[in-house]
Amino acid sequence: MELSGAGILVQCLKDEGVEYLFGYPGGAVLHIYDEIFKQDELRHILVRHEQGAVHAADGYARATGKPGVALLTSGPGATNGVTGVATAYCDSIPMVVLTGQVPTPFIGSDAFQEVDTLGITRPCVKHNFLVKDVRDLAETMKKAFYIATSGRPGPVVIDVPKDVTDPNIKIPYHYPKSIKMRSYNPVKRGHSGQIKKAVDLILSAERPVIYSGGGVVTGDGAAELTGLAREMKLPVTSTLMGLGGYPGTDRQFLGMLGMHGTYEANMAMHDCDVLIAIGARFDDRVTGKVKDFCPDAKIIHIDIDPASISKNVRVDIPIVGPVKHVLAEMLKVVRAHKNQPDREALAQWWSQLEKWRSVDCLKYSSKGGRIKPQAAIEMLHKITNGDAYIASDVGQHQMWVAQYYPFDKPQHWLTSGGLGTMGFGLPAAMGAKVAHPDREVVCITGDGSIQMNIQELATCQHFNLPLKVMLLNNGYLGMVRQWQEFFYDSRYSEVTVEAQPDFIKLAQAYGHVGMRVERPEELEGALRKMMEIKDRLVFLDVVVDPGENVYPMIMAGKGHHEMQLSPDCELS
Amino acid sequence: MRHIISILMENEAGALSRVAGLFSARGYNIESLTVAPTEDPTLSRMTLVTRGNEEIIEQITKQLHKLIEVVKLADLSEGVHIEREMMLIKVQAKGSHREEVKRLVDIFRGRIIDVTDSSYIIEMTGNCDKLDAFIKAVHKDLIIETVRTGPSGIARGTKGLSL
Repeated sequence: MELSGAGILVQCLKDEGVEYLFGYPGGAVLHIYDEIFKQDELRHILVRHEQGAVHAADGYARATGKPGVALLTSGPGATNGVTGVATAYCDSIPMVVLTGQVPTPFIGSDAFQEVDTLGITRPCVKHNFLVKDVRDLAETMKKAFYIATSGRPGPVVIDVPKDVTDPNIKIPYHYPKSIKMRSYNPVKRGHSGQIKKAVDLILSAERPVIYSGGGVVTGDGAAELTGLAREMKLPVTSTLMGLGGYPGTDRQFLGMLGMHGTYEANMAMHDCDVLIAIGARFDDRVTGKVKDFCPDAKIIHIDIDPASISKNVRVDIPIVGPVKHVLAEMLKVVRAHKNQPDREALAQWWSQLEKWRSVDCLKYSSKGGRIKPQAAIEMLHKITNGDAYIASDVGQHQMWVAQYYPFDKPQHWLTSGGLGTMGFGLPAAMGAKVAHPDREVVCITGDGSIQMNIQELATCQHFNLPLKVMLLNNGYLGMVRQWQEFFYDSRYSEVTVEAQPDFIKLAQAYGHVGMRVERPEELEGALRKMMEIKDRLVFLDVVVDPGENVYPMIMAGKGHHEMQLSPDCELS
Repeated sequence: MRHIISILMENEAGALSRVAGLFSARGYNIESLTVAPTEDPTLSRMTLVTRGNEEIIEQITKQLHKLIEVVKLADLSEGVHIEREMMLIKVQAKGSHREEVKRLVDIFRGRIIDVTDSSYIIEMTGNCDKLDAFIKAVHKDLIIETVRTGPSGIARGTKGLSL
C-alpha cells in the first residue's frame, strides 16, 4: 500500500486502535484534515480551542486507560495546547499530541505560524519528535505510542512539517507491530528480594499505613491494592490523584491525606511505624513540612519511576517496578509467609484510627439558609450512587469533591492534580463522555474555572455530548479568597468575579438546558432533575454559601499532626 | 562535591538541548560539558562536570537516565578514572617574555603551534588542575585569549561504557 505522509499518519492512528481524535484544523495540518475527510473510521471531535482538545484527549485517557490523541496546527495551535500537555505530563497521562509545523525548508525562518514546538514543549513532555522525512513517520508514530503508554506514562508530541504530509509524495506503508529501543527499556517487574524485604517489614509493623497515589490508577493496580490491603487489614489513605484506587466507601479507607486531607489520614501518617507508598511521589501538598513527615516510620516506596524514589523524602525499601506486578507478588509472598501480622498491635492501631475518625473532621454546619457546597456534592453522590465519572476544575470545589464524593472505582475521577489547571474540567468531561456515552459524566466546577474553557459548550452541542455541568457558584475565586482570609487579613484582592454571565442564558445560548438552584430545600429536586435529563447537556448553577472554607487544612510549614480543623468540628 | 558524569546517548538532533534543559529546569549546575560522536556514529559520548551533594547527584543521574535518548551513563567519580582537558591559549611573546613563556611551555609539556613575532598559540592537555596551574604561571597581562574544551573522562581498567 502506497500512502502520502498525511495518509500514513491517519492509517497509523487506525492501526494503533485509536477511535477518537480531538483537534482543530489550520494551515500546517490541511493535508492531514483532507485524509480525515476521506475516511469515517477515525472520529474527529472538533473542539473550540486547542487547549480543549488536549484536555479532552487527557480526559479520554484518564477515563479509559487508553492513550488520548490530539491534533493541532502549528504556531498558536501548538502553543494553545501546551497547558494541556503540561497538565498531562504532571499527572503521567498517556497521550500523543500531533502538531503541524511549517514546511521543512521554512523552519527557522520565522515563517507564518511558526514556533519551535519541540523547544517549547521539551520540559513538559515525556518525549517529543520532529519528523523531517516521511519515511520516518510510521516508525515515529509507533515509538510515540510505545513511549506514551509504557513505563511511567506521559504525553509525547510529534511535530510534523507540512511538506512531510504532502499528498503528492507517496511511499510504501508499513506500521511496525512492536518496537525496541536500546535507550528506553521500562522496568517490567519488581525486584523479588526487595519485595520479600518489604513484606517482612509490613508483617513486623505495629502501626502500618498505605499511602496510595495516581500510579495505582494509571498502573491498573486497584484490584491488587485492594487485595493486599484487605488480606493484611491495612489502613489506606490516598492522594488526590489516587482516589478510586481503593474503594472510597470501605471502612479501611481513611480518606485523602495532605493539605486538605482528613484528620484520621494525616494523624495516621504522622504516627505510623511503617509507611507503604505506592505509585505516589511525596508531593509537597501531601508531605507538609518534610522534616516532620512520618517521623517514626520506615518507608517502603513502590514506583515505576526510579527518579521518584528518594527525591523529596529518603526511603528505606525502594521497589522499582509496575505497581500491578509488585502488589500481586507481595500478596503471594504474604500468603506463603511463615509469619503472621501482629494482630493485637493492629487491633490497637485500628482502635486509635477509629478514635481519630470519630472526630468527624468533614462535619460542616448547614445553618445560614444557603446551600453548602459540601451538601451539593454529597447529594450528587447519593443521586448518582457514587458511580458517575466526575471531572473537576481546580480550587475549593475540587477539594470538596475529593472529600465528599468517595470514589469506589478507579478511572472515575478526572482532575488536574499536579499542575492544577483551571479550565480542565469541561473538556476532560467531554473526553470521558466520548469514551462512555452511556454513562453519567458530571463536570463539577467553580465560577472562576468554568469560564476558562466555556467555549467547549459548543463542542458538546455539536457532538451531542449530554454531560452535566454542576457549577458551585460562590462569586469568588474561592481558594484564593480562602488564603487571603487566612494569611492576608481578609484583604480580598481581585477575587470577586463580578459581572458574571447569566449562566442559564449562557447554557441556553449554546443550545443546552440551563437551571439555577439557590435554596437548600430545592437542592435535591434540582439535582434529580439534572440527572433525569438524559439526552441533553444540563448546566446547573448552584448558588452556594460564598464564605465557606475548605477544612481541614495543614497550613504552610506545618506537619501532618498540626491540622487546622473546621470551626464546626471540635476535638473532644 | 565535584562529579564527572559520562553519558552515552543517541546521536540525534536535540539530544544535547534535552540534557542542558534538564539541568536548567531542575536548578542543577553544569561546570562543563563536552560532547562528540563515538566510533559508532549513531552514538554520542558526553562528559559533564557538575557539583552537588549525594542526594542531588543521585537525582541528576536518575533524571538523566529518564531522558529517552540516554542509553547509558556512569558517574566516573565513583571509581578511578582519567580526565583530560585541552586548552588553546594565545599569549604575548615579546622581548624577555618570549624565552620565559617557551620555558614554561616545556615545563608543562605543552606545544607551541603558532608563532608570530609577538605572540604564541600554545596547545596543552592535562587535567583541569594542570591547565589552571599553567594559566597561573603565565603573567596574566600576557594572556590574549584562552579556549578550554572542558574535561573528557574515561574509567581506568578494561571495562568500558559501551553497548
